Amino acid sequence: MMKKSLLGALALGLATSTSAFAQTELQWWHAMTGANNDVVNRLAEEFNNSQKDYKVVVSYKGQYADTLNAGIAAFRAGNAPHILQVFEVGTATMMGAKGAIKPVHEMMKEAGEKFDPQSYLPAISGYYSTAKGEMLSFPFNSSSMVMWINKDELKKAGIAEIPKTWPQVFEAGKKLKAAGHETCGFSNAWAPWANIEQFSAWHNIPMATKANGLDGFDTEMKFNSPAHVKHLQNLVDLQKDKTYDYSGRDSRSEGRFTSGECAIFLTSSGFYGNVKANAKFDWANAPMPYYPDIQGAPQNSIIGGASLWVMGGKKADEYKGVAKFFAFLSDTDRQARLHQESGYLPITKAAYEKTKASGFYEKNPALQTALIELTNKEPTENSRGLRFGNMVQIRDVVSEEIEAALAGQKPAKDALDSAVNRSNQILRQFERTVR
Amino acid sequence: MEKRAHFSGWTLPLLLIVPQMAITIIFFYWPASQAIWQSFLREDAFGLSSEFVGFENYVHLFEQPEYYRAMVTTAIFSSLVAFFSLACSLLLATQADKNLRGGQAYKTLLIWPYAVAPAIAGVLWIFMFHPTLGTLSKPIKAIGIDWNPMLNGNHAMTLLVLSATWKQISYNFLFFLAGLQAIPKSVIEAAAIDGAGPLRRFWTVIFPLLSPTTFFLLVVNIVYVFFDTFGIIDAVTGGGPAGTTTTLVYKVYADGRLGGDLGGSAAQSVILMIIVIALTAIQFRYVERKVQY
Repeated sequence: MMKKSLLGALALGLATSTSAFAQTELQWWHAMTGANNDVVNRLAEEFNNSQKDYKVVVSYKGQYADTLNAGIAAFRAGNAPHILQVFEVGTATMMGAKGAIKPVHEMMKEAGEKFDPQSYLPAISGYYSTAKGEMLSFPFNSSSMVMWINKDELKKAGIAEIPKTWPQVFEAGKKLKAAGHETCGFSNAWAPWANIEQFSAWHNIPMATKANGLDGFDTEMKFNSPAHVKHLQNLVDLQKDKTYDYSGRDSRSEGRFTSGECAIFLTSSGFYGNVKANAKFDWANAPMPYYPDIQGAPQNSIIGGASLWVMGGKKADEYKGVAKFFAFLSDTDRQARLHQESGYLPITKAAYEKTKASGFYEKNPALQTALIELTNKEPTENSRGLRFGNMVQIRDVVSEEIEAALAGQKPAKDALDSAVNRSNQILRQFERTVR
Repeated sequence: MEKRAHFSGWTLPLLLIVPQMAITIIFFYWPASQAIWQSFLREDAFGLSSEFVGFENYVHLFEQPEYYRAMVTTAIFSSLVAFFSLACSLLLATQADKNLRGGQAYKTLLIWPYAVAPAIAGVLWIFMFHPTLGTLSKPIKAIGIDWNPMLNGNHAMTLLVLSATWKQISYNFLFFLAGLQAIPKSVIEAAAIDGAGPLRRFWTVIFPLLSPTTFFLLVVNIVYVFFDTFGIIDAVTGGGPAGTTTTLVYKVYADGRLGGDLGGSAAQSVILMIIVIALTAIQFRYVERKVQY
């Protein structure tokens, strides 16, 4: 109770102070730390200096899940920020909350701000758009999954070329193991993201019906297909002698690559800064491997990262400010610079073209790999993106079942069947709450 | 002599108990009743829509095999942690109770872990036992154990029990030490004169006299493992691998906060509340009979 009235008083204080300065404050809650936090602060500062009517105020709210929960709690208390950074798996949750959000395309139109959905990279904006192509949230930091390579170790193991397909990776893993990498031939972080989500898109296989949920919340999981089972079974077989070694559900074990333990490691392209700073060997990254016997592979990868959601129930003038800020973020020069400095993917086509034309990628090929993957082919309904309610929970369920298979508790097929069944239950629960 | 205060009216006594009542109502009854109410609702995370669904959340819960597994996990985890933390701290306390040189420093050091936040304790243990980076996992591997808490559920559980126990030892130690010091030296000396050896003195004199402390700690420790170990679990295993370390309280968090299923999560906390109330009641009803005050 006391907290509420205190917040009320604070809000009142804020309201009066803004009117005194005749400047509208726009709250931006985010989850960025370290160098990425500096990027957020600098963007806000640049925007605030570029005009006088609006002031973007940034607050760090903890990790992605914490930030989302802080946003939800604030909304329930009537104090939602204007802009909330939400990770990609929270997309369906935000979308389902119709009264709580303001779709970006609608806001841009009402504010009369220049906005062309076509100018954004479809592989990125598609993830945050409706089936009709209406952009719901504004892509901010995007990455994709790539394969990181320790070139020194590959050379030592007698592997001449960076493997392109899964069978080649398995072979390379065996050679690496024979060459002394006894605990890890190859591995990956983000188990469900790598082995189910990206795997499905990259091989153009549906992860679920209804275009992976983009066409409706009545989607049903399908990731127990023969191809999925085969891939997991391969990993299970290789786990036995640690040619493949499991590295967990999140990015905590990424250090296995930079420490030199795992010479082939699949994880986010956002790992770039860390590798650059910590890897004391000759490294590179390459597109994710694929199975050549699966038709159409490789297709295109999907993104990870986060987008900016505009919360509902704010004043028209405030939305004008947010629209201005998004237009500011979309500026080609700014996007190109942001991409080159931070390693985030550029969100507009123009920024990508500009960076390409400047010859930047010749010197920094590692920053282009994710973009090559994302734009490899025109996205299909299997590779446009994912939209599952309660996806955080679904990822946990999928991780649990993958772990059970890798630990030898059940066959790959049973594990994926069970993961599909349990995920479907979660999807049905979610469907009922948004109806 | 009767210890009874006499008040002339109702005003003062009422005023005096108001703070206590307010705290109990605001911090216990109110949230508890909210949880009960919420467990009958199906609600989206934003609270935009809510629907009364009766006992559906409960029915759904008892249909999940994972929920029963979480119960078993909790039972194993809590008995292991309660047993080891009580046993270790009792051992430490009896040793610290002797006249040792630098005993004070020794006692102080033993109390330190209690000041460490659960999440930090968890992270410390991860660093020591991480399958590849951990300093202690190398010797474990050297003796031929394929240590891998990231895939092996038993290893993960061992790690959790270790860290949760370590965290609780200081607290128990403190109480045991106080309990030991309250035992009159004359009783022990009398036993010694009668020819009882140290072990016999411990089991026939000290341990029974310590039983009120042990009982109190048992209750507190059970409550501790049920609720407070959540931070350690979140930091060390995140409920994995394959759900082998998901306890009831961790599942409440995972389903409610991470999953956004508030109704189901509320139903779980209501059940958890009932379990803990029942456990405490049983302890007071049956175990307390054996306690000698």
